[in-house]
Amino acid sequence: MTDTRTITVVTAGLSQPSSTRLLADRLAQAVVARLGSVDNAADGVSAEVHVVELRDLAQDITNNLLTGFAAPKLAAAIERLTASDGVIFVTPIFTTSYSGLFKSFIDVLDPDALSGMPVLLAATGGTERHSLALEYAMRPLFTSLHAVVAPTTVYAASGDWGSTGDVAAYAGGGGLPERIDRAAGELAALVRDSDRSSRVRDPFALPAGFSPVGSFGAQ
Amino acid sequence: MSQMQFGIFTVSDITEDPTTGRTLSEAEKIQDTLTIAQHAEEVGLDVFALGEHHNPPFWSSSPTTTLGYLAAKTTTLQLTTSTTLITTNDPVKIAEDFAMLQHLAGGRVDLMLGRGNTGPVYPWFGQDIREGIPLAIEHYALLHRLWREDVVDWQGQFRTPLQGFTSTPRPLDGVAPFVWHGSIRSPEIAEQAAYYGDGFFANNIFWPAEHYQRLIGYYRQRFEHYGHGTANQAIVGLGGQVFMRPNSQDAVDEFRPYFDNAPVYGHGPSLEDFTAQTPLTVGSPQQVIDRYAGMRDLFGDYQRQLFLMDHAGLPLKTVLEQLDILGCEVVPVLRKELAVNRPQETPDAPTHESLVAAAREADAAALAESGSESELAEVK
Repeated sequence: MTDTRTITVVTAGLSQPSSTRLLADRLAQAVVARLGSVDNAADGVSAEVHVVELRDLAQDITNNLLTGFAAPKLAAAIERLTASDGVIFVTPIFTTSYSGLFKSFIDVLDPDALSGMPVLLAATGGTERHSLALEYAMRPLFTSLHAVVAPTTVYAASGDWGSTGDVAAYAGGGGLPERIDRAAGELAALVRDSDRSSRVRDPFALPAGFSPVGSFGAQ
Repeated sequence: MSQMQFGIFTVSDITEDPTTGRTLSEAEKIQDTLTIAQHAEEVGLDVFALGEHHNPPFWSSSPTTTLGYLAAKTTTLQLTTSTTLITTNDPVKIAEDFAMLQHLAGGRVDLMLGRGNTGPVYPWFGQDIREGIPLAIEHYALLHRLWREDVVDWQGQFRTPLQGFTSTPRPLDGVAPFVWHGSIRSPEIAEQAAYYGDGFFANNIFWPAEHYQRLIGYYRQRFEHYGHGTANQAIVGLGGQVFMRPNSQDAVDEFRPYFDNAPVYGHGPSLEDFTAQTPLTVGSPQQVIDRYAGMRDLFGDYQRQLFLMDHAGLPLKTVLEQLDILGCEVVPVLRKELAVNRPQETPDAPTHESLVAAAREADAAALAESGSESELAEVK
């Protein structure tokens, strides 16, 4: 295992600048800070962060749905994501769920691409009333892809950007900065133990036990 | 035949012509395809490959019937498939149908095996798509034996067992039709083709070259691993797609509505992006020559190049004009250019004649060996 981890941030915000990207950057910074944390200097690791703005890939993602292949820019983003030690996924919540662009991106990934991948889930929305979309829509999506989902998810409503972060203001456990910090700590712990980015990938690895004649050829 | 084979393949789609809104009837489209196949021979192409489908808008459910007719109407054309469904067809029926076709066509027959990509075809034929790879592996293991062993006892997972079964007619001259395994992404199929020393056809027309460089490279390496020759001697076929006019802008203008509305990639990437990312070439004959003369730099010297010419609602007249340009202007130049610096060890495209010659040579070698053994025995 090397001393550097690779983290990919996937953000599905549509406006520029977007509060989704803002949340994504805050989360990434917090994870990087936790990885290099001082409470045990010997274990500190550095991290390389790659940001994937889905808006920039929107055309390629649609084309991939239609043709079955990823154009070069999208293919490179997917390859880097697959070889990361952890991924932060941030989507706006549209009509009670992740955005269509976000889901389309997930749909063009190989079904095994996120298997065992440490992920942190986050979302933005106009009102706190949709915060549970992270639990009933986002989490099951990544569970079904066999990702390792950090227990804390982070939802930022418009009002959060004006909050003080005062714990007392939130019955459920802290303001936005605290929630970001707790989630970052959980992802950092998973990323620290990951060796995904240093693994050698064989795209032609045959399934275990595969025989070109099957079990019936040698009769 | 030549070192390399050039030909056309069709999936047998009946698609509306987007420029006229007219859709041909099955009867019209079937007759058109017969005309196109015969014209392929007239313009000097080597191969006609016909797809197999079991749902509209495709008409070709029974390729050997169609190819049997074409066998009688042609004299040099190699007849093959693109593809024959090894998953949902009974391998016994494939063995019988293609051996029969081989006799009718005087050996001008090979076949390309594929798994099929239409989900419901599996349940319609009593199979499960999740078993696609195991079906392809087991069915071919049986097919391979049926053509090589006169009497077969066999038991497998997917079809009823056989005791004392002889597939008739026996293959022409005792030599099985050459088999290409078609795959767009599965290393298992590349491995299977390499194991048997069969051909590997990468239908690369919808995806970028890098993917197929890796897949074909893998097949070549495994071909060598299994002892059939060097990696350069593996038998490789490629797909292609072109539309040509003397003036390249005319080609682009004429083809664009067909591209934009094509069933597979229509309403997706632009013609320009798709042309850059896949082998589709729309332009002058010289542009097509330049692009396809460069394929061996990507994939190594290869044996078969098939072009998709008849699809997406292109009218018969246009397709025949395209074949004229392909056969008369493009392929003769490609034959010359691809023969230059083709390594001596690169095998020619397999034909019935070359397979019969190889079989006779192997028999003679075996006989000589057993002869020298008995001589030795006498000396002792």
